[in-house]
Amino acid sequence: MGRKLLLEHADVPGIETFDVYRKHGGYRSVEKALKTMSPEDVVEEVKKANLKGRGGAGFPTGLKWSFLAKPEGVPRYLLCNADESEPGTFKDRYLMEHIPHLLIEGMIVSSYALGSNLSFIYIRGEYLWILEILEKAIAEAYAKGFLGKNILGSGFDLDLRVAPGGGAYICGEETALIESLEGKRGNPRIKPPFPAVKGLWGCPTVVNNVESLATVVPIINDGAEEYTKLGTEASNGTKLISACGNVTRGGVYEIELGLSVEEFIYGDEWCRGIANNKKIKALVPGGSSVPILPAHLITKTAAGENRLMSYESLADGGFASGSMLGSGGFIVFDEDQCIVRNTWNFARFYAHESCGQCSPCREGTGWMEKVLHRLEIGKGNMRDIELLADINKKIEGNTICPLGDAAAWPVAAAIRHFREEFEWHVTHPEDAVKGNYGLLKGVTV
Amino acid sequence: MKIEVTQQSRPVLSPEKMAEIQGVISQFPAGKQKSAIIRILHIVEEVAGGWLSPDTMDMVAEILDIQPIEVYEVATFYTMFNLQPVGKYVFEVCRTGPCMLVGSDNIIEYIENKLDIKVGGTSADGMFTLKTAECLGACGYGPMLQCGKHYHEHLTPAKVDELIEACRKGEIKANF
Repeated sequence: MGRKLLLEHADVPGIETFDVYRKHGGYRSVEKALKTMSPEDVVEEVKKANLKGRGGAGFPTGLKWSFLAKPEGVPRYLLCNADESEPGTFKDRYLMEHIPHLLIEGMIVSSYALGSNLSFIYIRGEYLWILEILEKAIAEAYAKGFLGKNILGSGFDLDLRVAPGGGAYICGEETALIESLEGKRGNPRIKPPFPAVKGLWGCPTVVNNVESLATVVPIINDGAEEYTKLGTEASNGTKLISACGNVTRGGVYEIELGLSVEEFIYGDEWCRGIANNKKIKALVPGGSSVPILPAHLITKTAAGENRLMSYESLADGGFASGSMLGSGGFIVFDEDQCIVRNTWNFARFYAHESCGQCSPCREGTGWMEKVLHRLEIGKGNMRDIELLADINKKIEGNTICPLGDAAAWPVAAAIRHFREEFEWHVTHPEDAVKGNYGLLKGVTV
Repeated sequence: MKIEVTQQSRPVLSPEKMAEIQGVISQFPAGKQKSAIIRILHIVEEVAGGWLSPDTMDMVAEILDIQPIEVYEVATFYTMFNLQPVGKYVFEVCRTGPCMLVGSDNIIEYIENKLDIKVGGTSADGMFTLKTAECLGACGYGPMLQCGKHYHEHLTPAKVDELIEACRKGEIKANF
């Protein structure tokens, strides 16, 4: 384990400049694609690589590309989703900060594949300094003839721009991103029509995550066959994981998919165990929206198999005893952490970030936050726990975009696995005010 | 202290700023200038001392040749824009799960006590505004806060002291 495709050169001094990046093999995929491949060949290669979208949903990138409508005389657009805002996720930031040309290279090849002559990177507003890094790198790419008119004499033209958001989690949802890029509030659109048919300014549009677009580079350089040798059968290649919470060494790691969860948490190469020699209590493996796993389901599945860092293994057991790889936002909880408090914290996040368009989400997320808060401070009752489950069901599936589901699922999972901790907050109101439930009983490694 | 700014007249944009704004507009196809709005609001907010008054927003509407309501809609939706006057420095402390796990609550409380303000408030001398923010994408490096364009990570009380000191000495770019 340990082969890197994206971050191999991320630590090389000066890699953010064109010349150093080029010296380390940068922009080879642009030469290969534009000189020796047709756009359809590139799409086919990405399809064969079985690349799953790295933003969180895991939808196959090549398949998404193949849906793009191509009406005569209508421009098509490629948008890079750099609105990274899922709590626990900070991998795209790392990639763009350290090795910005990799994203630009991936966007050139992908824009060629899709026939986009004007592509955008939509970056979250708080990353304004990264926007400057990207624009500097883009200016270099223009100067060296990798952007602009007739790139490398291929006849392919591409302009690449960066646009910032203004602080809204919802703009990571692709139709909200498009609305925002049109200069409006980030309210998600009703689908269909899908962006592939009617996206930016009513034109066919593809929206891909930063890491997905960067991964196109090694796929084209080495070929899909080489790429699929890495990882497991259903989870090919590598994935950026951003580790945080109570681990000894948080940060961004590129792993080969299929690494064991145990190795990732405790291995020297990765997180180096739980901080301060404490025990692990729970794990949210793929960003705040995915179900939480209690200690006994982290390194092993319910069936007793080793739990692996892959799409299929993390999802093993479904919502009953599994979770999801999601965005790779890997949040570790030690024995002192209170699950009720954390569930309330995440509920507050979704209530804050709901765009307000659909009433089940607008009202439901705020309601869940209030109920969870009163449980957390020892003012809840047993019926509140059932009430949360009820609100959950009324949000789930009843909204235009998945933010409502993303808010509901973590609450349902927390109650499923830690019900006694919620009940303890009701039966021990005075202790609840003072703080943590910790590992009082029943929850062991 | 209450900051006595009820009506702010339009900020004056230097020729350089106007050129920067025109550059942003020119990044989009003709007729799609509205797409430039968020970036222009960021630029104008900086010029206007860290917040957007109705006058300032009206000016942006004129620049973009759109209705003022289209600017208000956007400015009120995105949480980065301040619609009230703020201190010379705005601290936005991340309060979301991963930061909370590593002590963001303590950092917020420390700043509140140190500056004698509550979240949402501005210090008596008009120097500091304290806000909380939802996940800023620094989860592995928490607790953290954003001040201006920059992230300050792995915060401890001592680091907060240093930051406040640096602001007081003018070593960090201020809003006005």
